[in-house]
Amino acid sequence: MLTLVILIVFVVVIGGVYVSWRAGRLDRLHNRVEAARTALDLALVRRSSAAYELASSGLLDPATSLLLADAVRRAKDAAPGERDLAESDLTRALRAAFGQPGFRDEIEAKESARELVADVESAAHQVFIARKFYNDVAARTIDARRRPLARVFRLSGNAPQPEFFEMDDELAGAGT
Amino acid sequence: MRIGIACPYSWDVPGGVQQHIRDLAEALIGMGHEVSVIAPADDDRPLPDYIVPAGKAMPVPYNGSVARLAFGPLSVSRVRRWLKDGGFDVLHVHEPAVPSLSLLACWVAAGPIVATVHTAMPRSRVLLAAQPVLRSALEKIDGRIAVSEAARTTLVEHLGGDAVLIPNGVATRRYRHAEPLDGWPGTGGAIGFLGRMEEPRKGLSVLLKAFEILAAERAGLRLLIAGPGDAGEQRHKLPEPLRDRAVFLGEVTEEEKVRVLHSVDVFCSPNTGGESFGIVTAEAMAAGVPIVASDIDAFRQLLRDGRAGELFAAGDAGDLAAAAARLLDDPARRAELSVAALAAVADYDWDVVAREVVSVYETVVMGRATVGVAQ
Repeated sequence: MLTLVILIVFVVVIGGVYVSWRAGRLDRLHNRVEAARTALDLALVRRSSAAYELASSGLLDPATSLLLADAVRRAKDAAPGERDLAESDLTRALRAAFGQPGFRDEIEAKESARELVADVESAAHQVFIARKFYNDVAARTIDARRRPLARVFRLSGNAPQPEFFEMDDELAGAGT
Repeated sequence: MRIGIACPYSWDVPGGVQQHIRDLAEALIGMGHEVSVIAPADDDRPLPDYIVPAGKAMPVPYNGSVARLAFGPLSVSRVRRWLKDGGFDVLHVHEPAVPSLSLLACWVAAGPIVATVHTAMPRSRVLLAAQPVLRSALEKIDGRIAVSEAARTTLVEHLGGDAVLIPNGVATRRYRHAEPLDGWPGTGGAIGFLGRMEEPRKGLSVLLKAFEILAAERAGLRLLIAGPGDAGEQRHKLPEPLRDRAVFLGEVTEEEKVRVLHSVDVFCSPNTGGESFGIVTAEAMAAGVPIVASDIDAFRQLLRDGRAGELFAAGDAGDLAAAAARLLDDPARRAELSVAALAAVADYDWDVVAREVVSVYETVVMGRATVGVAQ
């Protein structure tokens, strides 16, 4: 009898510890999603600023400048639900500008232009990485939230379900 | 005069600005001027002699949609060479605030520049115009033309300065003669309509109701309808026995459009509003087809208060049926209106419009050197 009670208490305690560990893990995942999202937003803002610097430098022709400035402004003004589309459009505008025949030769000739283009490219690469990391942790969080135990004990509390951030962020192919 | 015209949009794609430039260039050439148009276009496509292709346009997101534009170093060097070789008396750029060849031409050129603005510019884009690089290009423009009051208003309000209003012309010659479609107009009478079917302001539903009234007494009367939209849905608005007597062609080419105009006894413009000029009605006038149109301001002006076409109360199917019946039953009246319409539309012909454009050219070139390349 006593052994049974001890066993039950033991199981309950172990179970409780396990559930609270799972809750803690989910909480950490949610925190990491938030951190990753902040990093992604920062990377996008940095890319926008770099593109705007280039557009307003006076080193490009006015048509290319205007295209880039328009895309930057649209990305900045986009409603939260349309951010992904607007940021993808900025990628496409950058790709079109950098992919123009003669663009690279022209840039090579001016040092300040070369630096500004390099800034855009490194910021764009950071967006690519930040988005990969964000979607990775978002996927793991979504998966953890779907587990039966997490659903039964409502382990995620009020934390909203993360959403993947899909966009065209491939600058490569430019210059060809 | 030697005139250089810059077109921002791809010549291979149909569009309002391209058509405007083509008609203007041909009218100017007809008047004895030398014209060269630089436009984004494929080099290997057959092009009119006056076109200088600036290379393929790139599809790129701009202003909320994807546009085919020409920009970048290669476009700049082609524009520069075109300006150097051209020795133009005047440079005429269209839509200079669009990031393409027109803006580049403004940037590169030195000398007399005329710009035509086609679309009303939203404020956000004008704010961008404050950018130094853009401003220095646009400040070189000596004379501005707006094709509509809306375009002129935005120009004046947001950029300051003034613009001359010169509306689009009608290439009347293109509409004058055409073969009717096979089997049209027939002997029972035929009424025609051109336009987007489901757009309520185009008024197709008013015409369909009037057709119901007219068809009850006229066994052979038919309807010929051309324009994009869902034909099945429109056909079902007619009672079953009449459905075979309405022919829907869907979207038609420019040549088919002219044939449609020559395939009917009466052309109907039932618009309930939203027209500032009425280009389709003007084209029908140029084809010499008798017209019955709603009495909205644009049509009242175009049809000389009813002297060049029958007017009916906008939106009133009964009144439309009565007006159409008067024309269908009276061949002499139709012939009279046809002559009156041809005479009235001559005022809007491109030859007239082009003469106004030339007077703008003459004003800006006075005492100036020819167009060159800025340093």
